Amino acid sequence: MGEFVVHRVRFFDYMPSAIRAMAFNNRSERLALARADGAVEIFNFADNYFQEKVIPGQDNRTIEALCWVGQRLFSASLNGEITEYDLENLRPRYSMVAYGGPIWTISSNNQGTLLAVGCEDGMVKMFEVLEERIQFQRNLDRQKSRIISLSWHPSGTLIAAGMMDMIRIFDAETGQATHRLLVERGVGASKSKEVVVWSVAFLSDRTIISGDSAGKVQVWDGLTGTLVRTHLVTKWDVLALSVTQDESSLAVGTSEGTVIQFQFLSSTVDQRDKEWVRTRTFKNHSHDVRALAHIETAVISGGMDTQLVVRPLLDKVEKNTQESALRKMAFPHRSLVCCAKKVGLLLFQFPEHLELWRLGESDGHGKPGDSLAVKSKPEKLIQLKRKGEDHICCSALSPCGGWMAYSTVSSIRLYRLQYDNNNVSIIKVSKLPKVLSSAHQLCFSPDSSKLFASSSQSSVIVVALNRSECKYLYTFRPKSGSRQPVHLLSASEDGKWLATANTGCEIYVYNLEKLKLHCKVPVYSSCPTALAIHPVSSNLIMVHADQQIFEYSLVQKEYTEWSRKLQKHGLHSLWLERDTPIVHINFNPRNPAHIILHDTFMFCIIDQSLPLPEAKSLLYNQMTLRSVPESERLRHSHAFKICKNFQHLMCVSLMEDHSLVVVERPLQDIMSQLPAPVRQKKFAT
Amino acid sequence: MAALYEGYSLCGLVQAQNLSNSGIWGIEEERDSDHVVVTDSARSVTLYKVTDQKPLGSWTLKQGQTLTCPAVFNSQTKEYVAVSDNKVIRIWKEENVFLDKAFKSTVSSDVWGIHCAREGQPVVLFQCGAVRVLDSLLSAPQQPIEEVLVQEEAIRWSTNITAETQQFVVFTTEQKGDYFLYLQRLNPKTLQKYRLEREEPGLSPLSFSASYRDKHIHLLYIYPNGHIYQSVVPVRGRGADEGSQALPLPRSQVLRLPVGEGLLEAASALVLDEAHVAVVGVPHPSAGASKDFLCIWNTNFQTLQAGKEMAGKIYGQLWHISNKLFIPHGKTLSVIPYECPKSSLASALGKLRQAKSEEAKAPASVPSWNNILHGEKAQQSRTVETRKTRTNRKTQSTPTLTIDQVLELIKTAPVEEVQKEVEGLLSRVDTQGLQSSVGQLALALVSRSLGDPAFYTPITLSQLVHTQCLCHSLCPDLVLLALERKDYFLCQLCLQFFPDVPEAVTCACLKAFISMSDNDAEKANLDPDSISFMETFISRKRDPAVSQNGFSPTSLEVDLPQALGGSNVKTREEKEKTPAPTEQMCPVGLHKAVLLNEVLQTAYSDTFLLPHLKDLSSQHVVLFLQYLQFLYQKYSQEASPQIDGLRSPSLTQIMDWVCLVLDAHFTVLVMTPEARGLLLNLHSFVKSQVRLVSELGKIEGSLQELNKMKMKMKDFGQYSIELNCL
Repeated sequence: MGEFVVHRVRFFDYMPSAIRAMAFNNRSERLALARADGAVEIFNFADNYFQEKVIPGQDNRTIEALCWVGQRLFSASLNGEITEYDLENLRPRYSMVAYGGPIWTISSNNQGTLLAVGCEDGMVKMFEVLEERIQFQRNLDRQKSRIISLSWHPSGTLIAAGMMDMIRIFDAETGQATHRLLVERGVGASKSKEVVVWSVAFLSDRTIISGDSAGKVQVWDGLTGTLVRTHLVTKWDVLALSVTQDESSLAVGTSEGTVIQFQFLSSTVDQRDKEWVRTRTFKNHSHDVRALAHIETAVISGGMDTQLVVRPLLDKVEKNTQESALRKMAFPHRSLVCCAKKVGLLLFQFPEHLELWRLGESDGHGKPGDSLAVKSKPEKLIQLKRKGEDHICCSALSPCGGWMAYSTVSSIRLYRLQYDNNNVSIIKVSKLPKVLSSAHQLCFSPDSSKLFASSSQSSVIVVALNRSECKYLYTFRPKSGSRQPVHLLSASEDGKWLATANTGCEIYVYNLEKLKLHCKVPVYSSCPTALAIHPVSSNLIMVHADQQIFEYSLVQKEYTEWSRKLQKHGLHSLWLERDTPIVHINFNPRNPAHIILHDTFMFCIIDQSLPLPEAKSLLYNQMTLRSVPESERLRHSHAFKICKNFQHLMCVSLMEDHSLVVVERPLQDIMSQLPAPVRQKKFAT
Repeated sequence: MAALYEGYSLCGLVQAQNLSNSGIWGIEEERDSDHVVVTDSARSVTLYKVTDQKPLGSWTLKQGQTLTCPAVFNSQTKEYVAVSDNKVIRIWKEENVFLDKAFKSTVSSDVWGIHCAREGQPVVLFQCGAVRVLDSLLSAPQQPIEEVLVQEEAIRWSTNITAETQQFVVFTTEQKGDYFLYLQRLNPKTLQKYRLEREEPGLSPLSFSASYRDKHIHLLYIYPNGHIYQSVVPVRGRGADEGSQALPLPRSQVLRLPVGEGLLEAASALVLDEAHVAVVGVPHPSAGASKDFLCIWNTNFQTLQAGKEMAGKIYGQLWHISNKLFIPHGKTLSVIPYECPKSSLASALGKLRQAKSEEAKAPASVPSWNNILHGEKAQQSRTVETRKTRTNRKTQSTPTLTIDQVLELIKTAPVEEVQKEVEGLLSRVDTQGLQSSVGQLALALVSRSLGDPAFYTPITLSQLVHTQCLCHSLCPDLVLLALERKDYFLCQLCLQFFPDVPEAVTCACLKAFISMSDNDAEKANLDPDSISFMETFISRKRDPAVSQNGFSPTSLEVDLPQALGGSNVKTREEKEKTPAPTEQMCPVGLHKAVLLNEVLQTAYSDTFLLPHLKDLSSQHVVLFLQYLQFLYQKYSQEASPQIDGLRSPSLTQIMDWVCLVLDAHFTVLVMTPEARGLLLNLHSFVKSQVRLVSELGKIEGSLQELNKMKMKMKDFGQYSIELNCL
């Protein structure tokens, strides 16, 4: 492969936001996840846990709870609003004030007809779910303290509400409180503190299970209102609680970062009576577990430490398969870094601002493996704070470094950058075409003459750039009428093609010269995670969430020979077992046979001229190859040259000067910015 | 371990105006240890039954009169004796209701106190230091009393001690900061005077306590700086040359207690037995500066054995009568039972339990849910069962015996009964109280067995050893007894569970094991785990493919004779003749091997072991070495000879023993022709070990290099430019 000068960049201070709430949609197998900054993410569990959608946050929207009603997603926030999301345009559809102060919880009945929210003023408010909106129906009996948690009985006739020091059961029809379950406070010093019932679950046999701030998980009989069993699971809070759909298992999350599973079992083998028995303890988090979703085969948890953890239950999945592996998702499944290849600039995207950096330089002498002396240090040229209260959802930097753009859900801003020795001037392009109101993805053409912005209903807007003005050219619309957002955009080096992919797995290639659709790539079941057009052969390379790689000839409008060979031969099992998606594809201008890909934990150069790896051969063979004599090396080498020297990759990009930029964000750096955990695991405790 | 038990209060304190005084003059034993006479400074004497916590009688003086010394009980005449207003001796019986109507007699000099030994005459100690027997004094109350002490010398403390037939009055005096000890022997009357060494200037002893043992009087005293000293005075000292000349009294420091900031104000130290001291008014070492603690210290090991916080003010007063401590604190007088069993180093340090064997038992695999369920079930049923047996036992008509009764029983009863009762006792006593009683039981059983050749209780003894509360120092004759009775199972258990078997005993065991016939050994009923280990170990076939650390015995044999020259051609030939399987034969029988393994695993110190090892005969040494060689070969051939969870000697233990035996018998072995082949073999072992170590040394170098490289890799900083070959 040869020698590369590698810029190892660790100054991208990407800091993910803490996970606050979760809701799993059993029908579509999608997980909705809310973060502390108000962003909502959708993970498709049926498609390798791919993070297919991200709805950016807003300054004062602190989501406390999420709730699916059919395919519609609602959130409740401490600013007192109920928000429904537009999952096609990746924005809030509407927000509605509940007039009850901060909302702590939201829950829908099984029938999907009513939404109940718990408010600070002690009111449980019912909203009717209508076709296009929700409508206030009525209040339940007012309580003295705030409503922290809610759970509907599966029949839809009763609601359990967790409050300070107690749980109330309401008749959903009359709105009257029928039972009052007093929750005991903690012992010792916390005796004087009110106990917060952080979460409740109402089971079909009228059992109520609660988790509270005194560290108890309590099982109540909802018929008589009596306490059945108390499990003291932690010294701190039990924050989250989730029950499987069949009500046979339940998981709770605690402040010390543990997730504890309870199962409904008979305590002795041949006894009929079942009870909730504490069975497993998982410790995959260092901090509070704020959100939990318990599905049939796994426990999904997240919290302060920002990582989403999918912990499969080994008695429910087949052992030693991909499904049985623990997954920790710490990084987004999309690129937050943009490289200006021609000038050595990097654009980092944060929710609040953008940072533009110039790479350092070295004199470039040394032998492989050496660190070179840094002649000039990297330099932060611009820190651009966004306008308005909406967070940045996407950004782009032109390859020449002359243009920069970002978009929020409400607006797009385009800037002209001029470099004058050490001075950088930034000019906002004031007049943008009206049609350019917001974008899911932005991309500049390689010659920096055009800006592509993906818009509503899978459309792509093309804008021509010229000195300091920009002109609307055309809008590409797919024939299928798909409404899914386009999340990937890639223009060919020669300026002829534009490839787009949407979360509906459709990939379209447009001809930019004729301004018309060129072709539609056959739809593959898994969502594309990265695509790029080869500069020489004009082949489209696509990588999907299930790690499959395809090559499609734009000229012949068919899969290439290599792609067919790869499909027939099959990918190496170790390649398929990787658990992070490929997020970026590069090409090596010096060697057209090279394709450079990367995920979070490796980057790979695929050499199309070499044979594909056999199933039994070593996939990660770079180290061993080095020890083999030159003459034999060729015999052992295969198409996948994988480098694992770099970890926690945010971006790998090949510059025009043939140097490689590697942006790392070590997990330890993220962890070190978290507050101190309530409890640290030491030795075997 | 000594222990302080839950106490109870005997009575409230009559508070005088000044709070520094508890108001109690003294506590004296009455007819038995359960009855005490408490004298308080406010004119009254009260008789208490301690366990009932109730007064049986009380006598009070008229207003204006005061008691000036604690009342004592004369057990011969069943009379109480007390002194009021320094000069008036009062004597009364329990049935006398009014003290004023009782007998009184005025003497010519001020009385310091009255002492009365059990079964002895009351003795009066005058403030001038003179001593009179009460009877003789009362026959002529106004007799002149001689001055023993000089001017400005005053008595500070006194007691009486009975040594065999002799009765002593011991008292200490102070004269201008100097302290003296007087030993007044009665009948014939002699007086010894000693001068106490001075502590730091200004410090005077806070309390004294005297006890008699081994023909010596031991005086214990505590200073405000927390130092506790002991002085030993021979009872049969210089009887003749008595006189006023004070001999210096040597002292030894027994304890140096942490006092925190400042000096102690009111503290007291009391001898409980030869190794234990009760201290009150000294801070607990782990509980901050509060001084309101009653502690028991072990003076042999300088360890704190038990501690108890006392509520309220501590007055620095402490008495002990039989196994109870009497301590006034706050507004009550409390009684605290205690226990000081004979202690060993092992129990003092709390190391009686063997950590290793417990570790080995810990489950290695992760249990499945089902397993847990079943396990729980099994456990449940077991507890139910024990509960049932327990209730059964309770309902049995035979009364349950206390430990003391069982101990008595052991001295006389037949084997079966002893077994039954000890077993019953063991199942009743909870583990907390087990330690002391197990030691007592074992001691009693062993001493009976030693004295009575027909008496032996192997099952009971092994049960006692199994409790893991026993150690060699608690019961030193047990292992030898077991050897004598050829109870090899018990020997094995002792070696396994005792942390402190002395080298001499280990060696005795080794000698017995190695010299016994295999027939004898096979008869022994040994620990099944260790047998199964040895069985699998012996029967395991050698796996030619596996070689550990590059060591293979064949390569060893090849290069073996080269260094040894031509004279060894014969042995070499022999070696080649002997086929591999015979080499694998265990030179000793299975059971013998099991016992020898146990010896190999005991702890020892080689300097102490070596002289004892020399006692082995050359024949035995060769056999033992052959066995060690066998073990070594087996170990080096197999990748993992140790079987999980089973006790087995480690390779280092085997090597250490080889070296030890060779050291002890080197010259003998060199001269013994049959040992030759063996020595050559062992030499080759050593060579292979040396080679292994040198190879490891090389590897270590490269590993360190690797580590360095990795360290370098880690530090990149925020930004670096590298040249990478991909």
